[in-house]
Amino acid sequence: MRIFNFDEQLIPLDEWVQTAVDWLVVNYREFFQVLKIPVEISLEGLEWLFGVLPPFVVILLFAIAAWRYAGKRVTVFTVLSFLLVGYLGLWEDTMTTLAMVICSVVFCAVVGIPLGIMAGRSDRFEMFLRPFLDAMQTTPAFVYLIPVVMLFSIGTVSGILATIVFALPPIIRLTNLGLRQVHPELVEAAVAFGATPWQVLRKVQFPLAMPSVMAGLNQTIMMALSMVVIAALIGAGGLGNPVVQGLNTLEIGLATIGGLSIVLLAMVLDRITQGIAQK
Amino acid sequence: MTEEVKVSVKNLFKIFGPHPKKAMGLLEQGLDKDAIFEKTETTIGVQKASFEIFKGEIFVIMGLSGSGKSTMVRMLNRLIEPTSGQVFIDGEDIISMDNDQLVKMRRKKMSMVFQSFALMPHMTVLQNAAFGLEMDGFDKKTREERALQALEQVGLEAWAASMPDELSGGMQQRVGLARGLAVDPDILLMDEAFSALDPLIRTEMQDELLKLQAKAKRTIVFISHDLDEAMRIGDRIAIMEGGSVIQVGTPDEILQNPADDYVRAFFRGVDPTNILTAGDISVDTQVTIVITDGKNSRAALQRLIKNDRNFGYVVDTTRKFQGVVSTDSLREIIDHPDQPQLIANAYLDGIVPAHVNDSMQDILPEVASHPWPLPILNDADEYIGAVSKNLFLRTLQRNEPEESEEPEEMTT
Repeated sequence: MRIFNFDEQLIPLDEWVQTAVDWLVVNYREFFQVLKIPVEISLEGLEWLFGVLPPFVVILLFAIAAWRYAGKRVTVFTVLSFLLVGYLGLWEDTMTTLAMVICSVVFCAVVGIPLGIMAGRSDRFEMFLRPFLDAMQTTPAFVYLIPVVMLFSIGTVSGILATIVFALPPIIRLTNLGLRQVHPELVEAAVAFGATPWQVLRKVQFPLAMPSVMAGLNQTIMMALSMVVIAALIGAGGLGNPVVQGLNTLEIGLATIGGLSIVLLAMVLDRITQGIAQK
Repeated sequence: MTEEVKVSVKNLFKIFGPHPKKAMGLLEQGLDKDAIFEKTETTIGVQKASFEIFKGEIFVIMGLSGSGKSTMVRMLNRLIEPTSGQVFIDGEDIISMDNDQLVKMRRKKMSMVFQSFALMPHMTVLQNAAFGLEMDGFDKKTREERALQALEQVGLEAWAASMPDELSGGMQQRVGLARGLAVDPDILLMDEAFSALDPLIRTEMQDELLKLQAKAKRTIVFISHDLDEAMRIGDRIAIMEGGSVIQVGTPDEILQNPADDYVRAFFRGVDPTNILTAGDISVDTQVTIVITDGKNSRAALQRLIKNDRNFGYVVDTTRKFQGVVSTDSLREIIDHPDQPQLIANAYLDGIVPAHVNDSMQDILPEVASHPWPLPILNDADEYIGAVSKNLFLRTLQRNEPEESEEPEEMTT
């Protein structure tokens, strides 16, 4: 039967996408380059900051944060991790990665929390958003790395954009969930006392959704860190570099210390943000 | 005396589900709730409800779960939008209000107390009590002052800095009540406010509410499924079944003249001795003897014998109660012609007349401990009637299921 003849390609979707991206690149590359600017500025600021701060100040700041929010053990762990990373000779790369992660997480929060709130208050918007979130989380990063490079050229900023795509869904999902978990009778009570929709959000729903939002932020940080190596493939700096370089030249030792530093940084950031979420 | 109407509900309907128009049509054809649900998957929440709530009264809306009472109260502040009909508060139709007017009305005129307390878990007791004032934009100082006063009214000022989950259920609901009182509302809506509390605390809270009500008369709309509660605190009661209001009246009126079997069924579990008064059940069928010159003891005895009664109730010409005589006490003075034949000499000892407003509970010892029917007097000491043991028992029996077919028996 004709319908089940799969020998030839009936739908040339690959060609269509190719054509579309080519067309975008030819006609709108400048526009996409402009989009990079806010990310570029934030990243450069952060990189500059972590560059000029002496290592002991950075370690001290993290130690204070750990002490305040996560307790003694995490503080010790934080200090030791940073010292180890420094002694491994990866301090600069670590600071670059930190700047990238913070930059992408800030953009994820700025975009993700409002989207999560909108989804939490409208079933229709949540339904609309869901397939996009699924696609963002499951599409292999390599698939969208190519158009990202074509539109934004290679470099750290492109790495951050790819990271944002991947790390955005958890904060949206968990903000949405947090809002939906607020007991309806609390919302009803607020309305009965004359709260406007904005007051309901600000005084009741969002404060009560806060633990969930913080959990989303924590997940976003973790996912941003897991993108570090992939971002290095398109020219982003940081801890992904030693790993990629090690893979290319079969220097297993170099790849290992890069990987170890990523894991340590991830654990430090995770423990501190979890501590903040629980406060 | 005509009372001032505070809330007026006219022809209110609420239909939940996908086909409200269709369901309205079916309702007009006379189908009932279940039949309509089967046909259209549409639920009748409230149908054709009309009643008035007077200023300063506690108006209880009572019904079993699913009777539409919670929906009803939520339409009074439009937490639920009615499908059709009107709700007037101080003569203003709140159904036609826009959002701004509605928010303003909720802030200024009414507040609500919830069954689940619905306190904000992330706020202190004081912040919770101040919630309505905060929504209304009062500055921090004013609203905390007023919230603290409200907490004082419910005896919780010492807990102002605590979080709600540190308090017991009864205390949490006091905070809920304080939150309602802090905004100084005209109308307080209480949705099964005490139902989640254990019986002892519930009674305590009811007393608390009555005490607060005695100090500052508010219009309170109280939702309850508990008849004892309704009888205890309600000035008037509306009974709902299947979304309809089937009877509105004072507790006595409803207890004495239940509109239908549903209402009657409700009252079977109730102890009428708490609600009915001596005046409600007394009947004027005993022989009364009007005292004139006081020398008609023979005539009095004749009347008692002729009416086959043992006791006679002596009143003066203005119907003021004088005493009770019996056939025996009358014979006693007639058998001693040497003594003055005054009826007053035949009065029985130990007669303690009851007042019309005494409850059945109050008069029970007097009724039970003497052979004579207990005389009942009004404020002017006029004789209204008497309550015999028989009458008392029959009133109790009327509430038993097997006796409910013949409630008229009592008044014949």
